[in-house]
Amino acid sequence: MTLELTKEDIVPLLVDQFKDVIDLDADQNLYINAENLHEVCLFFRDDPQFQMDMLRYLDCVDYIDHFELRYALLSLKKNQSAIFKVRLWGRDSLEIPSVVDVWEGANLQEREIYDLMGVEFTNHPNMKRVFLWEGFPGHPLRKDFL
Amino acid sequence: MNESEKNSDGTESVLLNLGPQHPSTHGVFRLRTLLDGEEVIDVEPIFGYLHRGSSKLAEERSYTQVITLTDRLDYLAGMSNNLAYITALEKLTEISPPERARYLRVIMVELMRIASHLMGIGFLINDLGAWITPLMHMFREREKILDLFEMVCGARITFSYMRLGGVSHDLPIGFEKSINEFLDDFENKIKEYENLLLGNEIILSRMVGVAPLTGERAINCSVTGPNLRASGVDWDLRKKDPYEIYDQIDFEVPLGEKGDNWDRLVVRIEEMKQSVRIIRQCMYGLPQGPYRTDTDFFVRPPEGEAYGMVEAPKGELGFYLVSDGTIAPYRMGIRSPSFINLTVLRELCVGWKLADIIVNFGTLDINVGEVDR
Repeated sequence: MTLELTKEDIVPLLVDQFKDVIDLDADQNLYINAENLHEVCLFFRDDPQFQMDMLRYLDCVDYIDHFELRYALLSLKKNQSAIFKVRLWGRDSLEIPSVVDVWEGANLQEREIYDLMGVEFTNHPNMKRVFLWEGFPGHPLRKDFL
Repeated sequence: MNESEKNSDGTESVLLNLGPQHPSTHGVFRLRTLLDGEEVIDVEPIFGYLHRGSSKLAEERSYTQVITLTDRLDYLAGMSNNLAYITALEKLTEISPPERARYLRVIMVELMRIASHLMGIGFLINDLGAWITPLMHMFREREKILDLFEMVCGARITFSYMRLGGVSHDLPIGFEKSINEFLDDFENKIKEYENLLLGNEIILSRMVGVAPLTGERAINCSVTGPNLRASGVDWDLRKKDPYEIYDQIDFEVPLGEKGDNWDRLVVRIEEMKQSVRIIRQCMYGLPQGPYRTDTDFFVRPPEGEAYGMVEAPKGELGFYLVSDGTIAPYRMGIRSPSFINLTVLRELCVGWKLADIIVNFGTLDINVGEVDR
């Protein structure tokens, strides 16, 4: 069975290096600040205790006052998985660093989220719409679209 | 993609539009290719022609109604899509199906895997220039599988067979005889395919060593399914994170070595043999008892979220459900294997000849219904 690392498993390993970046609220989810996303992803990929070599799935949920990105990671070597989330407050000009240079598999998934949710990924090699055409008004998966 | 750039010898490159159509006719797909003579410099896939907004539609429907949307994602593997969605929903609601339903689900999903791989291989060979004959051999077996599905649930493509807490119908009278006849026949048919295809000189020369993909790159690009296993990475959710009853079943995970077109073809043929093994074991061990539990039609899962995934024919198919306690999902995300496998398409095509694009694209075995959603 794939071992699902919980917040209790991950936080002690992260805290040494990233004291300020983790949002330690009472929620059972692990939240990471958007500015430090890139370093944390590199850490997850390269740290021998995680070895998260695959970005399994990247998804985004619109909670009206904020957007929540969910990064699901998978380590094929150690057969374990981890999940962390990033919150983006507001609805306009949302930006978050791209992780394409960490996991190439993020390429199309980030473009999909840009297309349908309107979250822009900085430093992405090809930040264009993927399903809809350029010039389509709005982002259809947002709750206020329809 | 830079079109105006001159090549090193001063010649100009040519921009060629392939499509919008699917080279293997499973949907509508467009490739913009930049060519230096016959050599491919750059490839840009353009899709979205089949975008129906399944995730958005799901937000307007009850959890039970969403099952019909999942049928239409990868329309060559409706059963697998149903199962992936139901896996996520059962994690969310914490309802578990009876033992007989688990067996029935595995039988149907493995039959679907055979049908999907048959289409993948058939259209691939069709693209290679063996027009229609091998494809019709594959279609003939797929028809028999669809006949079996029709016996069970009345539908041939859009099944909606998996339900929350079970399946929609029990096996009809005479199904066991029909499926055994099919399996006996199909084992011989696989030998026929191998004789027909694997010694063919054209197939060998166009596939062996063409467009290799290393395991490391495949993992980094989130490639899953037969394409990942063809690169020699031993990763199959049925073994590594077993769902339903796969942990009680004896089967092997076929692996390739180099991840070239040849390995991707052979892995699919080997997987069909393993599927036959799995179905035989399930039919032998099929327990008696109820095939579904009673659940509300308008189920209201507790607030929360769940991610359920299965090893679909094309790779890891996952559904991410967010519930706000009402009868409809607040958000349904779909991890579509065809879509994410396309990440490596450019890498597989650049540096090869124009004619190789069609083969490299064919061995990835994508389904545009699932890419565009």
